[in-house]
Amino acid sequence: MKQRAIDFALLLIGLLALWQIVSLIAGTSAVTAPADTLVYAAGLLRTEDFWRHAAASGYALALASVIAMLGGLALGLLLGLNRLAGDVADPMLLTMFSIPKITLYPIILLIFGLGLSAKVAFGVMHGIFPVAIFALNGVRNIKPIYLRAARSLSLTRASTALTVLLPAALPEIVTGLRMGFAATILGTLIGEMFASTKGLGFLLVRSLDNHEVAQTLSLALFLFVFAGVANAILLALEKRMHRTAAP
Amino acid sequence: MTLAGSIRLALMIALAAILELACRTGLIDRLTMIPPSEMVTALWTILASGSANADIAYTLTNTLAAIVCAVLTGFAAGVIIHALPRLRRVLDPLLTAYYAVPIFAFYPLLVLIFGVTATPIIVIGALFGMVSMLTSTLIGLDRVPPVMDKAATMFGLGPLQALLLIRLPATIPYLITGLKMAVVYSVIAVVAAEFILSPKGLGFRIAFAYNDFDNRTMYGLLLLLITAVTVVVLLLHHIEQRVHERWARQ
Repeated sequence: MKQRAIDFALLLIGLLALWQIVSLIAGTSAVTAPADTLVYAAGLLRTEDFWRHAAASGYALALASVIAMLGGLALGLLLGLNRLAGDVADPMLLTMFSIPKITLYPIILLIFGLGLSAKVAFGVMHGIFPVAIFALNGVRNIKPIYLRAARSLSLTRASTALTVLLPAALPEIVTGLRMGFAATILGTLIGEMFASTKGLGFLLVRSLDNHEVAQTLSLALFLFVFAGVANAILLALEKRMHRTAAP
Repeated sequence: MTLAGSIRLALMIALAAILELACRTGLIDRLTMIPPSEMVTALWTILASGSANADIAYTLTNTLAAIVCAVLTGFAAGVIIHALPRLRRVLDPLLTAYYAVPIFAFYPLLVLIFGVTATPIIVIGALFGMVSMLTSTLIGLDRVPPVMDKAATMFGLGPLQALLLIRLPATIPYLITGLKMAVVYSVIAVVAAEFILSPKGLGFRIAFAYNDFDNRTMYGLLLLLITAVTVVVLLLHHIEQRVHERWARQ
């Protein structure tokens, strides 16, 4: 544990040093120094304005994550139940995942208009495919003997899904949820950058336009820390899942 | 063609037909989406007139440059980090959280540093792609069967020879997976960067057409982009599966 704390401290020091070097080379008008940025960030966190935008982003992110996770799980589990349906859907999901969805943004805007629904839709578009892909693969890689057991107990489809498929595929599903959540953060944020008057993504774009470098970096830092912590929590959960599922 | 492939094709055609019908009957109004058949003719006009050729070449060059940088640096860093377990332990949290944090927030900073040129686009594309190559290289080297290392010792190979002759060839399936993901991530980042701020390129043209209410150009170029990405991804996916099958058999 102590070893890990030291490693983490070393990583932080390394990143800060890198940041300092970049800011020295690029000049403080392009990249502010770490110390100045941290002071600015501490001030930013005390403003009411920041938390209003953060709350708007949080609300959109929560909505988008719930929709992406439930939708992705339903899609992955249903398609995974049938060998043929899985074969048909797998490359399609992969392609949807790999398309630069940012270019589809105009379509989303034309359909949903500016505002909350557009950014939620954009978050869902990013998050749903990783969740579905991992759930699908999780279900497809289940040992056939589990399915035979379910059949010999003559379980219905619904109870097979709930009592056999879901627990057996859980480690993979949790991995998918983690990746999906990260993608949803990115999607929601990009959504706010283009079409919103609220949220951290909007603040980010505004500070860029006004050339407020310290604010841009503070926001990026806040988002990194938030996403990093969320990822670490989900990763810890995932590791526990994989350990308990191993035997 | 396999049964799954035929069903997939039929599904796509059905989907296009439904869209076509919805657009033609006015269920989806023309300001939102133009019928798929018109997207094809729009794309044809753009390609025939050559008006987007410069943008296509720009995006293609940027993407290729980003992929080459991502794959080479990712691979080299992977080999080096694998040889230094201490460094790897320190970097581990960064590598696992890399795709979870919105790296893209860096793009504007890169523009501030490099100016509105192709450089920040290539850099963000390479940054986005290289970590998937790096992690794949690490995982691949981790999973080299111990028996192969024993064989290397038996033949009295030095560390470098063992790496080149035994460990790397054994890693190839993982490297292919890494390459695929690096391509996907690099393409996403390059197009997204062009979409946000760029002097030209496909992403730039799509954003421009959108702001200009020029739906024909926008949907024509979107069709081109999505088709190109789909073909490349499916091709890489196919190669990956074949390589994995071959290696699994050996």
